[in-house]
Amino acid sequence: MAMNNDNILEVRDLRISFGTYAGEVQAVRGVSFDLRRRETLAIVGESGSGKSVTAKSLMRLLPEANTIFKGGEAIFDGRDLLKLSEKQMQRVRGPKIAMVFQDPMTSLDPTMKVGNQISESLRKHLGMSRAKARERSVELLKLVGIPNAEERVKQYPHQFSGGMRQRVVIAIALACEPQILIADEPTTALDVTIQAQILDLLRELQEKIGTSVILITHDLGVVASVADRIAVMYAGKIVEMGTVRETFYDPQMPYTWGLLASIPLPTADRSQDLIPIPGSPPDMSDPPKGCPFTARCPYAMRVCPTEFPEYTTFSAEHKAACWLHHPMAPNVEPPARVGGTR
Amino acid sequence: MTEQNGHALLEVKDLKKHFRVGRESLKAVDGISLEIQKGETLGLVGESGCGKTTVGRILVRLYEPSAGEVLFAGEDVHRTRGNEAKTLNRKMQMIFQDPQASLNPRMVVSDIVAEGIDIHGLAGSKKERLDRVHELLETVGLSKEHANRFPHEFSGGQRQRIGVARALAVEPEFIVADEPVSALDVSIQAQVINLMRRLQKERDLTYLFISHDLSVVKYISDRVGVMYLGQLVELADSDELYANPLHPYTQALLSAVPVPDPDYESERERIVIKGDLPSPVNPPSGCRFRTRCPQAVEAAAHIDPPWREAKPGHWIQACPCFA
Repeated sequence: MAMNNDNILEVRDLRISFGTYAGEVQAVRGVSFDLRRRETLAIVGESGSGKSVTAKSLMRLLPEANTIFKGGEAIFDGRDLLKLSEKQMQRVRGPKIAMVFQDPMTSLDPTMKVGNQISESLRKHLGMSRAKARERSVELLKLVGIPNAEERVKQYPHQFSGGMRQRVVIAIALACEPQILIADEPTTALDVTIQAQILDLLRELQEKIGTSVILITHDLGVVASVADRIAVMYAGKIVEMGTVRETFYDPQMPYTWGLLASIPLPTADRSQDLIPIPGSPPDMSDPPKGCPFTARCPYAMRVCPTEFPEYTTFSAEHKAACWLHHPMAPNVEPPARVGGTR
Repeated sequence: MTEQNGHALLEVKDLKKHFRVGRESLKAVDGISLEIQKGETLGLVGESGCGKTTVGRILVRLYEPSAGEVLFAGEDVHRTRGNEAKTLNRKMQMIFQDPQASLNPRMVVSDIVAEGIDIHGLAGSKKERLDRVHELLETVGLSKEHANRFPHEFSGGQRQRIGVARALAVEPEFIVADEPVSALDVSIQAQVINLMRRLQKERDLTYLFISHDLSVVKYISDRVGVMYLGQLVELADSDELYANPLHPYTQALLSAVPVPDPDYESERERIVIKGDLPSPVNPPSGCRFRTRCPQAVEAAAHIDPPWREAKPGHWIQACPCFA
């Protein structure tokens, strides 16, 4: 399979559904993106937009019982991750692609000493001896900024604070220097001052190890501070994608406009109302046939509910799916608050 | 204690709440004084464990304070009993963070909203009760048809609207909103914030708005208080606080907030504070922030910093480090 050499991962037309008692929920409906070497790609969207499902499917962490794989591929290292056997996948998960979850307490084993949790992957994947792995665990804890690491490896997760636990999780994820790190809301459960520490740490480690990062978040502030590129997801589809600057300063579709306009900026005029997006996201067990944002879109046209628009390309990186860019569509200006926040 | 003696609806004097944890006591709130003026929104920010929720809960009598007092329109909230206490309950309401957990899953919306109406006997007949429920639902942007449904049939944003309708049902004067939008997606957040602002204007409500989201707090609040380990470290007009933070903790907190503006983010200098929050069971002596403070001085350990008005309306805990 031919792959652009700048890319470490190529995802094409990923489709995933879940079987529920109420019928099939179409969580991801044709998602395609590339992950470049050493970049941070942010996938943003609201709850239910399919961002976490996309990430988990790459790690093959979705529950087998009710996940319906509808199609698509994810090429990494010349192989399609979605077609690997569980055994092959075990050699990818950890050493090649690692993941950091939102809640550090549930991703650590409460009954196991922190040091052993780090050593586990070192011994399994890198074949280190017990002593060597222990030594390396201490180094890793130091690397992620945990003071008194020699003592700390002998402690249990409950003896760590939330921020420290997330550092441990990051240490485990980076233990084998993976090529891709998937961080699913890594700072959402943390306070802002701790969040700043963790984001700094991720940035620093990324530079040191050269990992590519997929950052999944709903926090556009976090995206602006760490990401290189951004993919905006809505109702299981990527609706806009571009460099962070392009997407924040020159967004090209009404959902992205709405997202940017609905967050209060520190510079916001308090006498003005916020501009919310009316309504709520569509029911994914019966997703709309056309553009899923139609029902909430102030610019919706007759064509919108009938067919999902093609992507319009604005630059090498920047594209968006919106009928407003069709030659026959009326010319619409984004709301004043969007596209230049200062 | 605090600034203007205008029309303080609520006065909080040296409030303390210590929880027993085994043999020790956890000082969740440790000496807070402030006033909330009628019709204003006071924002309370701080990181988890700073005591902001505890303050809110004491104000609406969900907790008894360990020391200090809360005066609502001159009346000591925690000394009233009987009918007077019931009246106070009606005047002070609360909106909770998690709209899933704060609505009884076995009750239909009309009963949830009308519970306060029933308790306080605000409706003379069944028809009047139902009319009020319908009116309230429409006020918060839901419709009459929603009255007979159960909470699980609603989205998060709609559930939070039900929580708002329930609080409004008894025609309160003062509402404590504890992280009312934190569990909501940004696009829905804006809907609920706009709703709360509109209701405040229409009904002359007074809010205590508790949140860890500094941008949201700044936007909705007239004044903002910053808490750290059970104490207020700074209190000022919202614009003033964000433009000229004086306390090192406020400065660090504000500089840690990521702003959705890539150019701004790439240029800004962050004050990254080291370490974690000390335990509120054994808070540091003197200035509580000194163990993490980038400007800490020796003297901070020995002097309990006084609460002082640095400039008109701008109060800080005057630690020796910036004396």
